[in-house]
Amino acid sequence: MLRAHGLACDRGDRRLFSAVDLCVSPGEWLQVEGANGAGKTSLLRILAGLAPAADGLIEWEGRPVAEVRDDYHARLLYLGHAPAIKEDLSALENLQTAAAVAGRPLDEGTAMAALRRIGLKGREDLPARVLSQGQKRRVALARLLCSQARLWILDEPFVALDVAAVAQLCSILDDHLSRGGMLIFTSHQAVQLAGTGASLRLGTPAAPREATA
Amino acid sequence: MNAFLAIVRRDLLLAARRKSEVFTALFFFMIVVSLFPLGIGPESATLRRIAPGVLWVAALLAAMLSLNRLFAADHQDGTLEQMSLSPTPLALLVSGKVLAHWLTAGLPLVLLAPVLGLQFDLSPRSLGVLMISLLLGTPVLSLVGAIGAALTLGVRGGGVLLSLLVLPLYIPALIFGAGAVEADLAGLGAGGHLSLLGALLALGVFFAPWAATAALRIALE
Repeated sequence: MLRAHGLACDRGDRRLFSAVDLCVSPGEWLQVEGANGAGKTSLLRILAGLAPAADGLIEWEGRPVAEVRDDYHARLLYLGHAPAIKEDLSALENLQTAAAVAGRPLDEGTAMAALRRIGLKGREDLPARVLSQGQKRRVALARLLCSQARLWILDEPFVALDVAAVAQLCSILDDHLSRGGMLIFTSHQAVQLAGTGASLRLGTPAAPREATA
Repeated sequence: MNAFLAIVRRDLLLAARRKSEVFTALFFFMIVVSLFPLGIGPESATLRRIAPGVLWVAALLAAMLSLNRLFAADHQDGTLEQMSLSPTPLALLVSGKVLAHWLTAGLPLVLLAPVLGLQFDLSPRSLGVLMISLLLGTPVLSLVGAIGAALTLGVRGGGVLLSLLVLPLYIPALIFGAGAVEADLAGLGAGGHLSLLGALLALGVFFAPWAATAALRIALE
């Protein structure tokens, strides 16, 4: 279970959001919404442990994340805005490297199967630079198919995907949730997923804070 | 360990697909070294005298050419984020990147140096000492360079800043590396200098990945 109390985030001397509470239990999903610049990506980066929160506490299985960092990261899959795809490597090499870095090396057969399932059949050995934006996204999403992580944090997973891929991603997410996984994602579109879900709306960006003398 | 090998393999693959970057540094090294005999003239005594310094300074500059790309590409495409979220310690993954950098930017210099040393009328034994000194010294350049590359990550005009930051830190390696060849030319034996270079390497292997990792974490926030 992931729980956060009173999270706040500063960008320069502007407070992006404050007093954000959230709780995600196994089988539950949380959609983070908000206008551009409301701090959705910042919130996800804080939850993933990539950036420090200005205030607040994040707990994983009842213990502060700072104390159980390694265990937390071993159970976490984070896909950020940048898809972490190397243009000069093939889809297969990209997927295998990403999996090995995440601590779960894949043999070639499993990786190929995942790429085929995600709709990249016949393109496994092409360098990523000749793939389209949506296809690059699919290479990144293929990691979901091979992941054993409990908690998925996905930043705009539906961007650049066609209708069929959106449907397929939804079914992948449903599978994850039905296995007792947890999911936090941002998206501007309404998404219907299985299991219990909630949405968190980050407020409009506040005006610059008064300078305190 | 799997993740470490995956990073080394990935960076070597990337280097193999972008051969121009590796060859640019190598040709730079070759041309800079070759300019000196052409500019100074064929006096073998003078050439022998300046050979260690010229070869070492050229190696420093050539090793630095590819440094600013060491972490920049990973930072840009999000790979660095994934590396910092890996269950494998980031310092180990950074060591993998440094090893790959040395294999593509340092080792070729070591192999090429004896050929270039012939232009300076160095004896076979001095060429051997030159190779050993570069073999011990170029990994130090990659390790120290990684700290600089991590510190200047995301800084505008980072390339020039990186040189200003890293070149002074290369001075010990330069002194002992060139000193080893000079000592050998003077018939004094290069053992002392090479031992000191080895000590620098041991220190670098131990501490540089941690320092670079700390700098990367700051850049990621």
